[in-house]
Amino acid sequence: MPLSSHDTVKRMVTGLLTARGHEPDLLLQHLIAIQLAYSYVPEIAVEVLSSVLGVTRSRIRACVDFYAFLHARPRGDYDVLFSDNITDRMAGSEALRQQLTKRLGVRLDQTRGDGRVTVSLTSCTGMCDQGPAMLVNGLAVTALTPKRIERIGELVEAGVPLEHWPAKFFVVEDHIHRAGDLLSNAEKMSAGLQRFLDLGPQAALGELEASVLRGRGGAGFTTALKWRICRDSPGDERFVVCNADEGEPGTFKDRVLLARYPDLVFKGMTLCAGIIGARKGYLYLRGEYRHMLPRLEWVLSRRREQGLLGWDICGQPGFDFDIEIHLGAGAYVCGEESALIESLEGKRGVVRKRPPYPVVSGFQGRPTVVNNVETFLAAARIVEWGGHWFRGEGTQQSAGSKILSVSGDVARPGIYEYPFGTPVSRVLEDCGGTGAQAVQVSGAAGVTLAPSEFSRTLSFEDLPTSGSFMVLGPDRDLMDMTRNFARFFAHESCGFCTPCRVGNRLLEALVEKVAAGKASAYDLEEMRQIGNLMRQASYCGLGTTAANHVRDILDKFPDTFQRRLRPGSDFTPAFDLDAALAAARAITGRNDAGAHLEEA
Amino acid sequence: MSDSPKIRVATTSLAGCFGCHMSFLDIDERILDLVDLVEFDRSPITDIKQLGPCDLGLVEGGVANAENVEVLREFRRQCKVLVALGACAVNGGIPAMRNAFPLADCLTESYVGGIGIHNPGVPNDPEIPLLLNKVHPIHEVVKVDYFLPGCPPSGDAIWTFLTELLAGQAISLPYTQLHYD
Amino acid sequence: MNLANSFRLDGREIPFQPGQTLMDAALAAGAYIPHLCHNPELAPHGSCRVCVVRVGGRLVSACTAPAAAGLEVASDTPDIQASRRAILQMLFVEGNHICPACEKTGACQLQAVAYYVGMLEPHFTHFFPRRDVDASHPDYVIDFNRCILCELCVRASRDLDGKHVFAISGRGIDSRLVIESPTGKLGDSAFAATDRAAHVCPVGAILPKRGAYSVPIGQRLYDREPISQVGDVAANEGRARS
Repeated sequence: MPLSSHDTVKRMVTGLLTARGHEPDLLLQHLIAIQLAYSYVPEIAVEVLSSVLGVTRSRIRACVDFYAFLHARPRGDYDVLFSDNITDRMAGSEALRQQLTKRLGVRLDQTRGDGRVTVSLTSCTGMCDQGPAMLVNGLAVTALTPKRIERIGELVEAGVPLEHWPAKFFVVEDHIHRAGDLLSNAEKMSAGLQRFLDLGPQAALGELEASVLRGRGGAGFTTALKWRICRDSPGDERFVVCNADEGEPGTFKDRVLLARYPDLVFKGMTLCAGIIGARKGYLYLRGEYRHMLPRLEWVLSRRREQGLLGWDICGQPGFDFDIEIHLGAGAYVCGEESALIESLEGKRGVVRKRPPYPVVSGFQGRPTVVNNVETFLAAARIVEWGGHWFRGEGTQQSAGSKILSVSGDVARPGIYEYPFGTPVSRVLEDCGGTGAQAVQVSGAAGVTLAPSEFSRTLSFEDLPTSGSFMVLGPDRDLMDMTRNFARFFAHESCGFCTPCRVGNRLLEALVEKVAAGKASAYDLEEMRQIGNLMRQASYCGLGTTAANHVRDILDKFPDTFQRRLRPGSDFTPAFDLDAALAAARAITGRNDAGAHLEEA
Repeated sequence: MSDSPKIRVATTSLAGCFGCHMSFLDIDERILDLVDLVEFDRSPITDIKQLGPCDLGLVEGGVANAENVEVLREFRRQCKVLVALGACAVNGGIPAMRNAFPLADCLTESYVGGIGIHNPGVPNDPEIPLLLNKVHPIHEVVKVDYFLPGCPPSGDAIWTFLTELLAGQAISLPYTQLHYD
Repeated sequence: MNLANSFRLDGREIPFQPGQTLMDAALAAGAYIPHLCHNPELAPHGSCRVCVVRVGGRLVSACTAPAAAGLEVASDTPDIQASRRAILQMLFVEGNHICPACEKTGACQLQAVAYYVGMLEPHFTHFFPRRDVDASHPDYVIDFNRCILCELCVRASRDLDGKHVFAISGRGIDSRLVIESPTGKLGDSAFAATDRAAHVCPVGAILPKRGAYSVPIGQRLYDREPISQVGDVAANEGRARS
């Protein structure tokens, strides 16, 4: 890099630091801004950040290395990432990706010689109801078709700035097809906090307790209990964190909630702050949803003007609370609350040791409530309308309703809200999932249901779910799904613990071996054993659930693997023997019979 | 000794140094007890070249070239029980250290650009087995029934292993006989 | 013994102090639970998973699980040892562990724990990653082929030496140890042979130059007695230094 651009980068980074702040917690946010400006994080930026933030260079580089959206080397002027969820694939994303790379004369993951463009794959971008989708310089482009890809190819070649691309490319639909207690009556939703102030924190918490609301992220911890523990934990400061890092493949309902009901979510966070005594809150927004940032920032500033955030909220002396938005940068593991907190603190998103739990020692070591977007929204409505209202539907252990993200082979993909206890078959009827051979509930980490299980119910008692509901039609090959998931987890494992770090890579290789028709029954047993170890011995939920899909295919859809096994083999080599001689053949120029190895 | 037919044993060294075979001989006079129980088929000890059906195959060395693959497969076909004997068979061992380098670099260093080379050029005679990209332990090519690590496993470890195996017992090495170096 | 402050490890009563982990209490009572990323001088980490024990039907890492009165903890059972073996096998195939060529052999905790759980073979398919050796420092060499990502050096440098010489970079299977210096080389870092970080590596990744074979093979730390009797590499290094 020439010296002048060194100075430019320095100036830019210095400006960033002045504008946003010098706290080490902001490291990731600064890196995201630098990445956006230069398509990578130049070494000189690392130097400046290191000296100003007081963070070591290696920690900054480690951060760049950890997050999929940060790069130590330049990407193209147009950084194109195809969403690679199984639903994107089912909608034809692979052919579109090939069309674009061919059109642009570029290879996957390799920046074109002129620096114009890089095309890569990325984990599910949360546009499953309107895929195939991509991110271009971090902004979502949906509903890709061959025609749209052709146009994108032209725009890239012509160097047209993104702001001059057709606006319709960036349209993100909400697709709410079924509204229940939470989503209906939108006009009656008050953005205000009067009811909370009338009740007071103690009674508001009482309403929440009466509602028996459980966390909507999937784990289902009782929300009121979480808030109470946090309130009662010693600390000079407390924090509210809204987890909008919905990285679970197939979920997109938080995106819709934030697009449609941001006030309710912020209101939920604010009353949480009022109850636990927090003065600062964070919305951790996954990087894939950066297109929503301007509007969310606008809603926050409007709430400040309305006296719903900031000092003396609603004129209540001492009720001070504000919300800051932090972006993620492409790391599924950050959906786990303690990894999310690490990321909020500007670090690699590695899951913390528990105990202590975040409610006792979270952000900056202070008591912290981390809840899902949907949980805060539900809490806002509960305080407004009462715990008994909320309990009016659902099941014994699962009060209220659940918002589902429905995608895949269905006539009407989108958002569906159901009372807990609704059978899977009902959802399939409503969304037009005719003849489904399988439903993947709760994402890649969830459970693969066979038709015989479609009478099972969505609830904490039976099928706990983060909301992802992916339908695989009668003509799908489940091998495609399991390959997609195996690749996903190998890519998203944070690498901290042995079983997840190594196990996921071993599993991915074995799944690929099966797919290539090179495996034996021995390999299937290996997959089962590795999966068992990961489930039992991994450090966090990512590792303990990452092999679920393999187990479910082995148990419920065994033919998916069985029919691909090499006939008559009870053991096959771990690698392709003949291919392993290719380099030697090339070097020696030999191609005689002895220069090859037959499959045994 | 019993009248039951003797156990038929074959041994071979693939990408190894024959150190495990030397260690085998370190069972010393116990070999007299052993030959009461076993007879050897193909092995450097007998110089029999053609492998016949065997009860037990002991394989030293990893898999570095096409010939290693063929020999290993033949052992797997003919031997009821196959044993990875020593570090190289178990995990590739010292020869696998070449895996740190591309094969082309290894061959160039050895035959073209290295020190003291006359008539530089990578040999391409069909008689010479082609090298695999990497050296692999034998369990990555065939199913292996038992593993006895060590570089080499000591004569005592080999003796413990064989006597327990031949007696149909579970293998249980004393602490000092289990080592990877 | 006050049963209110004890738990049972494989049937043996283990007393504990409030705040202790299962590992702390077990080690204090002279009961061995195999481990790699744990060092009593440093905060528990829980990453290697070798110390998994069964409590109430679940596997937990003994180094991070708080001791609690009345717990029934299983450690030395065939299925748990099998899980540990599989975890160790994963560590062996992930890196390049050529014991016969390693200066640390015989005094290596990875080996010793693997011996303890009866690991005979690596079982899985080797990754054979291409990794570097950094010999830029005058007194120490780092062989990344042998790093098992236990982060003991990271933690010792940060928490005991106050230096932050090491960090973990990347993610997933691409996670790797990196060094804080302008060039990323150890020789350009603040690392010194007197650092605690120089004496906590359980494997042959961070090694002093010269004198690697001063103790003959056959007389090394774990050549005669198992780790359950000898103790950790770092503890023995500590004894040797003091």
